[in-house]
Amino acid sequence: MSQTDIRVGGATAPPTPARARPYWTSRRRDHLAGYLFIAPQLIGSLVFVFLPLVLVVWYSLHEWNVLAGTFDFVGGENYAALADDPNLGSVLRATGLFSVGLVVLNLGLALLLAVLLNQKLRGTIVFRTLFFSPVVVSLVAWTIVWGFLLQDNGGVNGLLDTIGVDGPNWLRGEGTAMFSVIVVQVFKNVGLNMVLFLAALQGVPAELYEAAEVDGASRMRQFWRITVPLISPTILLTSIITVVGSLQVFAQIAVLTQGGPGTSTTVLVYYLYQQAFQFHHFGYGATLSIVLFGIVLALTVLQWQMRKRWVFHES
Amino acid sequence: MRTRQGLRVAAAAVAGALALSACGGGGDSADDGPASLRMTVWSANEAHLKLLNEIADEYRKNHPDVSAITFDPLPFENYTTTLTTQIAGGNAPDLAWIFENSAPDFVASGALAPLDDTLKKTEGYQYEDLSPATLKLWQDGGKLYAYPFSTSPFGVFVNTDLLKKAGQKTPAELIAAGQWTWDAALAAAGATARATGKAGLVIRDFDYKGWDNLSTFWTGWGAQAWSEDGKSCGFAAPEMVDAMTTLHKAIFTDKALPGPGTTADFFAGDAAMTITQISRASLLKDDGFAWDLVPLPAGPKGPYAVVGQAGIGVLKKSPHAEQAADFLAFLTNPANSAKLAQFFPPPRQSQLTAETLAKTNPKLKPEQLQKVVIDGITSGVVKPNHAGQAELSQQVRAGLDPLWKPDADVKAVLDGLCAKIQPMLAK
Repeated sequence: MSQTDIRVGGATAPPTPARARPYWTSRRRDHLAGYLFIAPQLIGSLVFVFLPLVLVVWYSLHEWNVLAGTFDFVGGENYAALADDPNLGSVLRATGLFSVGLVVLNLGLALLLAVLLNQKLRGTIVFRTLFFSPVVVSLVAWTIVWGFLLQDNGGVNGLLDTIGVDGPNWLRGEGTAMFSVIVVQVFKNVGLNMVLFLAALQGVPAELYEAAEVDGASRMRQFWRITVPLISPTILLTSIITVVGSLQVFAQIAVLTQGGPGTSTTVLVYYLYQQAFQFHHFGYGATLSIVLFGIVLALTVLQWQMRKRWVFHES
Repeated sequence: MRTRQGLRVAAAAVAGALALSACGGGGDSADDGPASLRMTVWSANEAHLKLLNEIADEYRKNHPDVSAITFDPLPFENYTTTLTTQIAGGNAPDLAWIFENSAPDFVASGALAPLDDTLKKTEGYQYEDLSPATLKLWQDGGKLYAYPFSTSPFGVFVNTDLLKKAGQKTPAELIAAGQWTWDAALAAAGATARATGKAGLVIRDFDYKGWDNLSTFWTGWGAQAWSEDGKSCGFAAPEMVDAMTTLHKAIFTDKALPGPGTTADFFAGDAAMTITQISRASLLKDDGFAWDLVPLPAGPKGPYAVVGQAGIGVLKKSPHAEQAADFLAFLTNPANSAKLAQFFPPPRQSQLTAETLAKTNPKLKPEQLQKVVIDGITSGVVKPNHAGQAELSQQVRAGLDPLWKPDADVKAVLDGLCAKIQPMLAK
């Protein structure tokens, strides 16, 4: 409607040429520009994140035999099968063990390295580069090299041999395989958390330490009372990233142990890969991925809620 | 109001996303232009691919309806998984090599197109020349679903330089003396390992994970992974316990085989002997060590042979299944079968003669071909295969892991393994 009829006292007034109101007002143009700016991200998210999520739920309600080409609706049968799966208990235990081990070692070591490399000493830049460099190395290449080093007659045991220690068969022992996988992953990613901690440490005002020293606080007390509270938002961020990452570990397991020995390193992602792609149980594999999604979501929400208790500020 | 509008936007977005995803899913529809065929293979060996490409080029000269034939090598370790993933993703190849261990699943599933009619009607194909024993694994309901492209017996490649260096008799000498037994082979392997610091005997592709390769060992004791009908576990049988006890001692006491977590490549000169298939002969270097190929040593039950098979099937989902089957008939006709025989022992009875195989196997002597290849194919037991093999195989691997420790109780481990897999076998 570009014109307006105006009725006065029942008579029709001759149409006055109303001022044409352009469709593309500046407000509309701004809206369009905004939508165009977010369109690539929005379309990408819809196609590559939300659509697969919906499809995974759909697949989990079906029995899909890829070879036979059948796709039959089975309702909640795959979910009921979770309760009868004799391997699921050990898989969840292995997943929990990996996550706890990785989070504790990774965050502990990253914080320690960050504190050490935050000192004004010669050579700290070299060490920062050294510890960060594995982050940019290809994960599979990194893991394959460690696979060779951790062999019974590999580099690690060769090194131990020179100091008279008879090293274990790292990747074949039930007690050592999980530990080895965790350590390989810690060394791979500790540099990233270290850099985040370094940035946070450098944001702590120096005058707080000066004041604490005047008050006679020891270095340890300063660390716990000043450093930790002020970098707590970064601790929260790194812990969420590390927990989520630990639950998605796959390549290291696939390359180093294939879930063995026994099922000692069969974590949830590797197990759902086996079910879907090796055993051709795509429906059950999709169900396991929903379980994984639920666990990641629950832990993330829990951490986010708990931040109120221990995160000092959220700037 | 705002909620309704939001829902409309979300619905439109999902519809758009579905339309976008649907755009990429048109792989199944046949097009009218010349067909481009793709065949997945597990070998990236240059010599293998060169020969396959030569045959494909020759085929295309007389078949303008086929514009290209590509051979797509997939990693050996994850071959079947990758192939299945491609099928699930709507990117199924037109033709695929299939291992014997996944044959029951592929053949029975209906994923493959029957080949009998195409092969039989191809001029000069000589279908009746195919050995019935080699076809058995690939048939269902009287129809052939894959061509047994390679029926390759396992033999023992020997580094005679290493054995002589360790002062050991060579297998050829032991065979001549009628002493080529597992006891003698393991003793020679252990002694060579101790004397040279290299590995003794390597069961190739076993690496304490690919347990089905151990059938090249335990068959000498008359053991088998499961019964003929696939319903009963054979790991706890006395023959298997004896075989595995011998193997355990050879690994952990005599050090005749490299232990878990230790790798040694025979073809790089790191081991005295290796059990593998004839197709691996292409890995031997002309200027390398002196070598020999001999049959598997005799076990307590006497001489025996084990064969590995690979079939080529045409995927039913292929939009060019007809052309693919026609190419397969060309690839495996008598003339091309003879060419391929240098790497892949054919199922054609007329070509299973030392004389024929010698023409295309310059590295192997006629007596090696007769004893290892021809005798092996005619009398060999096929490696373990079962419906749902991938899942079963994973359970067996996990169940056998406790065995690969110096202090393992062999019988207890094997009893436990049977308790674990019997319910799966009985299904």
